Amino acid sequence: MKLTNLLTSAAVALGLAAGAAMADTTKVGFVYVGPVGDGGWTYEHDQGRKAVEAEFGDKVETVYVENVAEGPDAERVMTQMALEGADLIFTTSFGYMDPTINVAKKFPNVKFEHATGYKRAENVSTYSARFYEGRAVQGTIAGHMTESNIIGYIGSYPIPEVIRGINSAYLHAKKVNPDVQFKIVWAFTWFDPAKEADAAKVLIEQGADVILQHTDSTAPQAAAQAAGNVITFGQASDMSEYAPKPRVSSIIDDWAPYYIARTRAVMDGTWESADTWDGIGAGMVGIGEISDAVPADVKAAALAIKDAQADGSYHAFTGPINKQDGSAWLAEGEVADDGTLAGMNFYVEGIEGDIPQ
Amino acid sequence: MIRLEKRPQPSRAWSMATPLVAVIATMIVGGLLFAALGKPPVEAIRTIFWEPLFGEFSFYYRPQLLVKGAPLVLIAIGLSLGFRAGIWNIGAEGQYIMGAIFGAGAGLAFYPSDSFLIFPFMVIAGAFGGWIWAMIPAVLKTRFGTNEILVSLMLVYVAEQFLASVSLGLLKNPEGFGFPGSRNLQSWDAAHNAELIAGTGMHWGVVAALIAVIFAYVLLNRHMTGYHIRLTGEAPRAAKFAGVNPTRLVLFCLGTSGALAGLAGLFEVSGPSGQISIDFNVGYGFTAIIVAFLGRLHPVGILLAGGLMALTYIGGDIAQSNLQLPAAAIQVFQGMLLFFLLAFDLLTNFRIAIGKPEVA
Repeated sequence: MKLTNLLTSAAVALGLAAGAAMADTTKVGFVYVGPVGDGGWTYEHDQGRKAVEAEFGDKVETVYVENVAEGPDAERVMTQMALEGADLIFTTSFGYMDPTINVAKKFPNVKFEHATGYKRAENVSTYSARFYEGRAVQGTIAGHMTESNIIGYIGSYPIPEVIRGINSAYLHAKKVNPDVQFKIVWAFTWFDPAKEADAAKVLIEQGADVILQHTDSTAPQAAAQAAGNVITFGQASDMSEYAPKPRVSSIIDDWAPYYIARTRAVMDGTWESADTWDGIGAGMVGIGEISDAVPADVKAAALAIKDAQADGSYHAFTGPINKQDGSAWLAEGEVADDGTLAGMNFYVEGIEGDIPQ
Repeated sequence: MIRLEKRPQPSRAWSMATPLVAVIATMIVGGLLFAALGKPPVEAIRTIFWEPLFGEFSFYYRPQLLVKGAPLVLIAIGLSLGFRAGIWNIGAEGQYIMGAIFGAGAGLAFYPSDSFLIFPFMVIAGAFGGWIWAMIPAVLKTRFGTNEILVSLMLVYVAEQFLASVSLGLLKNPEGFGFPGSRNLQSWDAAHNAELIAGTGMHWGVVAALIAVIFAYVLLNRHMTGYHIRLTGEAPRAAKFAGVNPTRLVLFCLGTSGALAGLAGLFEVSGPSGQISIDFNVGYGFTAIIVAFLGRLHPVGILLAGGLMALTYIGGDIAQSNLQLPAAAIQVFQGMLLFFLLAFDLLTNFRIAIGKPEVA
């Protein structure tokens, strides 16, 4: 009996000690839609998580669950994290929007951060990156580099974010090469190496010598490498294993500064619900190194576009721009407002084909 | 020398015991796998099997078991009827999707009416959606002798394309700022498959699953159709002589499993999930195949197997979060369950004998 008592009191003491230690650490949860090893979207979010751990050390405890299906499973995982004492939870896929709002209602003291959505609450912030700024840089390189004047684009789903990227890339390719033509293939997936490879092959067969992708795997890079004289850009992640060619540059999602800032805000008690939409300037969108396969003057032109967007002197959507049907959208010198950009559901003038409905 | 010897009669004891033995073997080998990954094996197994049922937050996880298990049981019951008769519907995932699309579409056509008839209408439409999708392989099989395994499986991918299409077009939320996905049915009372008693996880889908279990039990044990199903599976020639109409049996089995899968989709989209979206389906239709076999194609067995499968999902997510086990390790763990079940199933029909075969 004595031994049992001893064990019990030891366990209680341990529990108390653990409890006291817990009070000082901030627990941050991450819900991922893909595997952490996808090399793209989820990988970069997980790099952000690791950056939070590196920044705060013992003061922070991070947990994550990968491959979480959108819907009730996501809701359960978030609830579980909140129950287990998370102070801040990042939900990193658009489809987690309604589940995040549902769970946030039940846990008013837990802060939630939802990526790429539009629903906010007292304890729910949203954040997203202005990837279209990176597309402007890619479009500039693509327009200069193409010899067939055909640029292939692998779309994931026809949602505003993707359409925005297509428009931005097209406008800037057209600016430096008026003969340029876009061929767009919709893969209807974010991550499916087989489908992405097929899409890339189809585009290459149709004469494209530049491939832009809005899907997360490296399969299009591999397809371009096999085809030979085709260039590509890394998506979400640097994909530098395919540099210097086919991959000539990339858009990198860098969530680390934001994740660190928001975690610090929770620690300091200064966290407030906000809608953050940052670009190159704030460091949320990174441009991967432009490789030597790109001539120096093209590289300089691309970096000029990058720098102008970073310091705010240039906006990727500056008029005059017409919509695909020829109707006027932006007048000379006019800059697109964030509301229109956020819900963009039309192509700009010159892009052929229809957005799938 | 160790060899396998065919039993004169399938062993009843082994038939009952294999699921249990398979679970234990999975625990042991899974534990070794977790240990190899540098995670505490006992802790991991305990987290997966114990935490959701009796842990600190079981008040939340227990209802979630019903939410996760109900669609599995509902679909598996339907599948088991066909499987018993040797009719292989592998495309329940597609029928699940079509049930959700038809059901949600039927409801959303009347948005924002608050008539109490809307939900019952959606239920009928959901069952119809799954049924009609299963009728395609059924009719092709009975008319042209196509293979229902291939046709029903391929139709899953067609259904997924439909799902993407309606999420982006026909059923897209007009107030969704151009983003894909339908209105959320959870915020529309007339169409919401809410919890019948708050906090219990008990929604209409759970009720339907329980009714399906009873219905299947009665059908198989007390009804002529059930007898025909069992006879066709166990002795096809005898079934022929007994006057079983194979065409009718194919239509019945595929149709019923399709309708049940459609119902599961409808209850999911109107309840726990809430909306039609591109990634609405999460593989219930395929997991249900495992559940059906794990439950020995027996209604009560399926009920238990559905609960066990739900447990590994929920416990698996907890283990990921608390112990940082990779998701892939959890999936391997779940896969082992079916693997060991099939492996130990051998012992139902064979026995291990040591020594040289006796000369008869």
